[in-house]
Amino acid sequence: MADKTGPQHEFKVENIRADFPILKTEMNGRQLVYLDSAATSQKPNQVLKAMDEYYKTYNANIHRGIYRIAEKATEAYIESKVKVAKFINANAMQEIVYVRNATEAINIVALSWGDANIKKGDHILISEMEHHSNMIPWMLLAKRKQAVLDYIPLDKSNSKLDMNGLNKMLDKNPKIVAVTHASNVLGTITDAKEITKRAHKKGSVVLIDGAQSAPHMKVDVKDIDSDFFAFSAHKMLGPTGIGVLHAKTKLLNEMEPVMGGGDMIKSVQYDSYSWNDLPWKFEAGTPNIAGAIGFGAAIDYLDYFGMNSIREHEKQLTEYALEKLGAIKGVTLYGPDVKDIENRNGVIAFGIEKVHPHDVAQIFDAEGIAIRAGHHCAMPLVTQRLGISSLSRISFYLYNKESEVDAVVDAIDKVKSLFKVK
Amino acid sequence: MYAEEIIAHYEKPHNKGEIKDPSISLHENNPLCGDDLTIYLKIEKNKIEDVKFSGVGCAISMASASMLTDFIKGKSLGEIEKMGLPIIIELIGIDPGPARLKCATLSLRTVKEAAFLYQHKEVDEKTKEL
Repeated sequence: MADKTGPQHEFKVENIRADFPILKTEMNGRQLVYLDSAATSQKPNQVLKAMDEYYKTYNANIHRGIYRIAEKATEAYIESKVKVAKFINANAMQEIVYVRNATEAINIVALSWGDANIKKGDHILISEMEHHSNMIPWMLLAKRKQAVLDYIPLDKSNSKLDMNGLNKMLDKNPKIVAVTHASNVLGTITDAKEITKRAHKKGSVVLIDGAQSAPHMKVDVKDIDSDFFAFSAHKMLGPTGIGVLHAKTKLLNEMEPVMGGGDMIKSVQYDSYSWNDLPWKFEAGTPNIAGAIGFGAAIDYLDYFGMNSIREHEKQLTEYALEKLGAIKGVTLYGPDVKDIENRNGVIAFGIEKVHPHDVAQIFDAEGIAIRAGHHCAMPLVTQRLGISSLSRISFYLYNKESEVDAVVDAIDKVKSLFKVK
Repeated sequence: MYAEEIIAHYEKPHNKGEIKDPSISLHENNPLCGDDLTIYLKIEKNKIEDVKFSGVGCAISMASASMLTDFIKGKSLGEIEKMGLPIIIELIGIDPGPARLKCATLSLRTVKEAAFLYQHKEVDEKTKEL
């Protein structure tokens, strides 16, 4: 196993695949074709080894341990945050709050910033293309505060957010605008920078849901100028149970923590307390130390090839897939057109005429191909806006290759012949 | 899993339609996957005189509804009460496994619930909507 740290290296998919033990698994006598990375990514040996090493050689709680392995664990935990801060071009690791996942990050913003700043009749603006994780926390907040939840409309003709519609909604002066950076259903990459710019002009605070963008493209939170940015480690080669809330220092200083406990206080008296420094103020209790260390190794792995190379690889794969699948009769593709590849990532939702997506996914499974079927936790988008009950979805990552797209084409042929689709 | 018989029942389902004046009808769905089913039962002397179903869903849910409705004609409410997953496995010829259990058993669950409601005359809101 090569040490995947250090300066950038040439992107070779076969070398990358060798680092992922699960990709050698056999499914129904065939090599697993894993096309569900938008749900969760696979993990390379380097990430597994880093977590294993922590548990085997320096497992100790972080902060205040006056012995060697506790110091090492604390250093590794902080180093992970430094890597993450650099990865998204944050000012400092003080802006990086570790949470369970993007969902928790958004909920913390809604509970802490939201409860302090949203009043009766205020407007909250999200889009029609959100995952439930960037929808339900705002629905709950709106209900708690009797606020109004508005939606930036989706332009169905190009699968993008309607930017004129955005302007109309911004005229209601929303206190906060929370928008996805990339749709987990349509694959649409939104213009987060432009949305943030327009929202800031109206005085709104902006949250960007980066769960589907941070794993697949270069993210620069300074360039976007988002106030909050949320993402999950498990979708970017890291373990489950760890994610990031990035926020501007000023906001984190103003906000009250949602959870109290150890590690998040500076001093406690029987009748008073004072908060710890950032980012610890928001991390009550022993955090996911092994997860943070694994996440750090995942960032190293991504940096080793560079996000631009990874994006380029996925773009080529997506173009190839859109052309191949688009040519099959009876197959409907969703999301931006292949000509608009700059604005879409490696997520392809599709339907096969007359066949329920669960049947599609089951037949794919028999071929050893893992795909997802359903409403993809974006039920209003799928059922109300697209007007269908569910969809099949394939999604790519750096370890996928063209022959796996060919396997999809063969599996679709199989579905069509079984269900006698002409 | 997709034996010829399942596909055949999916393409040309038996007992598809409505009963105009059913003894009881019941609507059920799996909102997460979009399976949607209504069962109409005509019951006389505690026996299933006639049964029809309407709805949309995956091949497994629709084929099992087609086969089950064939199977229960003439059966007593007592017999229906005793039916469980083994009946479905026998009818469709495969074990649906955990991932497809809900699809495969949607029709049976709906039939059993309808028979239960009929016996207890507890026609709830759901039924009135129909």
